[in-house]
Amino acid sequence: METQEKTIEQKAVQAKEKFEPRIVGFLCNWCAYSGADLAGVSRLQSSPNIRIIRTMCSGRVDPAMILRAFELGADGVLIAGCHFGDCHYLEGNFKTMRRIELLKMVLKRFGIDEKRLRLEWISASEAEKYARVSFEFTEQIREMGPLQLQTN
Amino acid sequence: MPKPKLALYWAASCGGCEIAVLDIEEKILDVAAFFDIVFWPCAMDFKYADVEAMEDQEIDITLFNGAIRTSENEHLAKLLRRKSKILIAFGSCAHEGCIPGLSNFYDAKSTFEYVYREAPSLEEGSRGVYPQPKTAVAEGEIEIPEFWNTVKPLDQVVEVDYTIPGCPPQSFQIAAVIEAVIDILKTGKALPPQGAILGAGDKTCCDECPRVRREKKIKEFFRPHEIIPKEDECLLDQGILCLGPATRSGCGALCVKANVPCRGCYGSPPNVHDQGAKMVSALSSVIDATTPEEARKIMEKIADPLGTLYRFSLARSTFRRVQMGNGKNS
Ligand code: SF4
Ligand code: SF4
Repeated sequence: METQEKTIEQKAVQAKEKFEPRIVGFLCNWCAYSGADLAGVSRLQSSPNIRIIRTMCSGRVDPAMILRAFELGADGVLIAGCHFGDCHYLEGNFKTMRRIELLKMVLKRFGIDEKRLRLEWISASEAEKYARVSFEFTEQIREMGPLQLQTN
Repeated sequence: MPKPKLALYWAASCGGCEIAVLDIEEKILDVAAFFDIVFWPCAMDFKYADVEAMEDQEIDITLFNGAIRTSENEHLAKLLRRKSKILIAFGSCAHEGCIPGLSNFYDAKSTFEYVYREAPSLEEGSRGVYPQPKTAVAEGEIEIPEFWNTVKPLDQVVEVDYTIPGCPPQSFQIAAVIEAVIDILKTGKALPPQGAILGAGDKTCCDECPRVRREKKIKEFFRPHEIIPKEDECLLDQGILCLGPATRSGCGALCVKANVPCRGCYGSPPNVHDQGAKMVSALSSVIDATTPEEARKIMEKIADPLGTLYRFSLARSTFRRVQMGNGKNS
């Protein structure tokens, strides 16, 4: 009896210690957001660790918002937009691609692993891709551990 | 009316701001005539004890230049805050850390390692001799200020009423601010709202720049020594990294008029909280690449991206400093 109780207690401690990544996902209204929505409608499981923010275009996500997400406690940031050629605003996603490349260079030099920032192209019909990416990214961040920023 | 009291102080700075004050030329005589200068270590002989002996809020205005790097800087920031009615962050160091803030690439330990052990110019006898906060000598114990890990702008340490940006603030802007302040104190006009940026514009450096802009399409970046820029064309159009789009107006586009790209010393324009992020956004719009590989190839030519995009504002950036890699956490 005693030993059984102990294991339950230990399990509770373990669960507490288990790190749940906090991920902010900026998803484009026209594709990735609809893809995530379709995943829900089709009863496909996707990672609950991703807090989705809908934006009108992945190109609308200002780099400052990504930095701010990290500052406020995100362990990872996912940006998902339309495949090249599919952008509702023609070229927004090309700009996104360049931005994320440059921002990754900057993050790395800030001493922050650039893998904490992930860019994916997910169309409105790719519910499965969204579901897969959401779990993949969550597990990747889980492995990396929490982002602890030193300010002093 | 007794003369209003004015204090000027320098913390972690180069002294350029002090020279900029003197560069207002004969207007300095108006300053001396109108104000009672009660503290100005760079130019006059005052001691910290003189300030400590003052009543709280006895000083009407303090112009504080320099960043907060040591315990001494921090002590004086807090002391002058207490003794002053109005505290003005003067110049880029007090505003956003400026060049001293670039040492946020390192911490106290790694800085000391280099300066006192690795620097090639050290004499062998002094290699590895580190400064100690306290040292016992025959006459007793002497103390020097402690060196912090992270350089901070003034407003990360105390409340700041106004900011005058620039490295250094341009003298014509300083003169205009002083004139306005004298007018306010003489006539009792309302002060600007707290937190206001004084002595600068509310647009970007590009707005003051006379160069002709086209639709930008950058295929290659050039460092200033690799190219002779055309005199009348936008430097960024020519592939020279110019921080004009991410920099507050106010200097009159001084550097660009001299064929040198803007480095960003007037800080972020209004409503921009991270100058480097703003510039990342601006550059992403003009780099001519449609694949990540192409983009990377062009971007790789940006020398020292962090030091370039945050040359003056690293200490004020979202992350404030480079993470020193305690484990795999970051
Ligand atoms: S980017 Fe530089 S050179 Fe071009 S318009 Fe702006 S300030 Fe002038
Ligand atoms: S052009 Fe840029 S770097 Fe030069 S003085 Fe003006 S704001 Fe400062």
